[in-house]
Amino acid sequence: MNNLSLLTLQQYWWFLITVLAGTFVFMTFVQGGQFLLNRLAKTEDEKDVIINSLGRKWELTFTSLVMFGGALFAAFPLFYAVSFGGAYYVWMAILFCFIVQAVSYEYRKKINNFLGQKVYETFLYINGSVGIILIGIALATLYTGGNFIKDDMNLSHWTNLWYGLEAVTNPFNVAFGLMLFFLSQVQANLYFINNIAEETIVQRARKELCKDSKLFLGFFIIVAISLFSISGVEYQDNSFTLVSFKFLHNLLNTPAILIGLLIGVVSILYALYITLYKNSTKGIWFSGIGTILVVISVVSLLGFNHTVIYPSLSDINSSLTIENSSGSHYTLLVMGYVSFLVPIVLGYVFLVWRSMDREKLTIDEVKSDHHHY
Amino acid sequence: MEDYIVDWSRAQFALTALYHWIFVPLTLGLTFIVAIMETIYVKTGKEEWKSITKFWMTLLGINFAIGLATGIIMEFEFGTNWSNYSWIVGDIFGAPLAIEGLMAFFMESTFFAVMFFGWGKVSKKMHLLSTWLVAIGSNLSALWILVANGWMQHPTGMKFNLDTARFEMSNFFDVIFNPTAYSKFLHTVGSGYVMGSLFVVGISAWFLLKGRDTLLAKKSIVVGATFGLITSIFLILTGDESAHQVALHQPTKLASMEAIYDGQKRESLIAIGELNPDKEIGDKKDDFLWKIEIPYALSILGYHKIDAFVAGIDDLVYGNPKMGIESASSKIKKGKIAIEALKTYKQAKKDNDMPKAKEALAKFRTYEKYFGYGYLKNPKDIIPPIAISFYSFHIMVGLGTWFLVLFGLVLWFIKKDKLETSKTLLYLAIFSIPLGYLAGELGWVVAEVGRQPWAIFEMLPTGMATSQISTTSVQITFWLFVLIFTALLISEIKIMLTQIKNGIKEA
Repeated sequence: MNNLSLLTLQQYWWFLITVLAGTFVFMTFVQGGQFLLNRLAKTEDEKDVIINSLGRKWELTFTSLVMFGGALFAAFPLFYAVSFGGAYYVWMAILFCFIVQAVSYEYRKKINNFLGQKVYETFLYINGSVGIILIGIALATLYTGGNFIKDDMNLSHWTNLWYGLEAVTNPFNVAFGLMLFFLSQVQANLYFINNIAEETIVQRARKELCKDSKLFLGFFIIVAISLFSISGVEYQDNSFTLVSFKFLHNLLNTPAILIGLLIGVVSILYALYITLYKNSTKGIWFSGIGTILVVISVVSLLGFNHTVIYPSLSDINSSLTIENSSGSHYTLLVMGYVSFLVPIVLGYVFLVWRSMDREKLTIDEVKSDHHHY
Repeated sequence: MEDYIVDWSRAQFALTALYHWIFVPLTLGLTFIVAIMETIYVKTGKEEWKSITKFWMTLLGINFAIGLATGIIMEFEFGTNWSNYSWIVGDIFGAPLAIEGLMAFFMESTFFAVMFFGWGKVSKKMHLLSTWLVAIGSNLSALWILVANGWMQHPTGMKFNLDTARFEMSNFFDVIFNPTAYSKFLHTVGSGYVMGSLFVVGISAWFLLKGRDTLLAKKSIVVGATFGLITSIFLILTGDESAHQVALHQPTKLASMEAIYDGQKRESLIAIGELNPDKEIGDKKDDFLWKIEIPYALSILGYHKIDAFVAGIDDLVYGNPKMGIESASSKIKKGKIAIEALKTYKQAKKDNDMPKAKEALAKFRTYEKYFGYGYLKNPKDIIPPIAISFYSFHIMVGLGTWFLVLFGLVLWFIKKDKLETSKTLLYLAIFSIPLGYLAGELGWVVAEVGRQPWAIFEMLPTGMATSQISTTSVQITFWLFVLIFTALLISEIKIMLTQIKNGIKEA
């Protein structure tokens, strides 16, 4: 590993970023479930069972987001500096959505909780809607760009006073956000079908899934068509050029990405098929793997094939690439060794998850649990 | 305008950090105390220990949630508000943060779910293991963030790269085994353990005063006070080592903590005193209106030698050639040469003028260690706010000493079987809970205010580290944070008090 070139390490780390992004997007079923709370639950007991089902997972989603940020900081510090320090309002809005989520599970039902149950449920609703849509919009700007400039010393600033909020005026960004929003709901329905024993909730989740799947697939098609028809920025040494159909070229020229995307899409469709038409409860596993594969593939359209990872709309030469924004060879190497811990972490998360979810959650179990949410 | 953005960015970060630190110490300490209680339950099989464990675990859960909420902000604020910092030192600083996420956060969040929801779902031993892993995960998280913070106090294992215009890591082991980081880590988690103990002892004391759940409260108080006594001694010892590291690597911080203007050998330690508010750096007025000193103690504690010279504020600002201390103005001058050399190097590289670039590089390397000083305007700027550092430090030390006495007294009265009738002591235990929070916050004030004017000590001034955004945008988010954190804090306190009043229930 010590002999690996700087470029190889940059590519390795970009690949890890795509995996983290995929894992996070999969885990956003928590956000989808929060948004669907009032649609799937009609009684207080049903609400409790849904909250408790999500409540055992929400911290993993939260941790995945923190990990995604931490890995970007360690591996691509210039991206971290430019994006977070520039698109200030967008990231701050996302953070606020996650602050309010972090307390809501624990405080919602507690006696004398100051803000009242409804407010905490509204917090969860905001996190599951505004939060996830904004994350989608922020991710979409990796394809469409941001209004930043960096100088010779690699110090950067945003070129307007909207600090990233202007991204909501780009239809592609919004469609991307909505696609993630509906995907999170699709996954939430599949998760509930797998995790909850209460038949009424499961029946509602199946109906909701039917509707959400159509919306998700609709936005997925819009995003896919747009993405493969827009231009992307390509770099060669220090020169940057706008290339038509850049992402389509990348897809067709890189069989691994194409195959990953196809398997991912088929896996998600299969999950929907067996759940909607075969009454299966295993859909979440197929859609989970499919989601991770699709995200890895779509994010891999950036970073590789001399494609920038964050185009600048203000000065194309300020655009960020995995080469000009990464950590040093030494740091990437050290962190490369650290990344060998990832399978261990995934292993124990999987084992713990399996032992906790061996039996489906019921209203009775929630009621009898000393520490239920 | 430039100064305003620095001030507001600092205010926002300080606000987040101070709120975060209301919750973290209790988590650090209470997780271990709960793990000890559950171990007793598993070993003895007595259901009352299960009830006790669950009671404290419920309070831990309430505290844990809000700690997460404030914690996520801190990581992302490095990017949002300190983007220059994120680039200039991100190559070194980002690594411990990422390792923290991978090694600690996943462990905490995964086993947290088992700890709270796994009763009856997993075996007793597996549940106990999960509780211990949450405690270990929380402390691992503290380790990595303090490795990062220790590096800010005493940067090691890096080199400035002129081509990328940033500091880059040259030795990972120098970064992670930085002695400053370890003394800070041990002292910081020690303060958490003491806070957890104060919490358990104080609340148990309330039950005893009310005459409710007395048996369970007594059992809790034994665990809490024993853990507290041991960790208080640990806290004092690690505090001594922490101050030793400050003496070795951050003389300006030490001089401010002790408000020493004219340094000398065999320096005394100020036990208590009142600063002269009219005193200015460089004048001949008295430093203190009154003070009580411990002779030689600062030389001994700071440098472990009775004859050691402790530099004063005037020595550090104006220089003391006899003791080999260079003046701040000389360092600033050399720093400006380094900055000019960097600019010349960049231009020469652009012009492809390699001989000139080589010459500039050599010049830069000569003055490299003064580079950060080149951005300072006034020699007096090297001194952090003296009054804040002095009073914060002394109040913290005084409180730390009191906690040791308190735990000792509680255990003594338990031994004599007189605790329940010693109302004064029980009240003192209750009132010591907020004092524990105060001591912890003051510790961070000493560490971070005392680090000024540097973001990275002697390398990167705080003023250079901010994001280049409008002051208004930071003002907006600052007030939003004030609003939301305060609302959540009120919620937390109300819920916590209600849960405590509900008392310990049968498992």
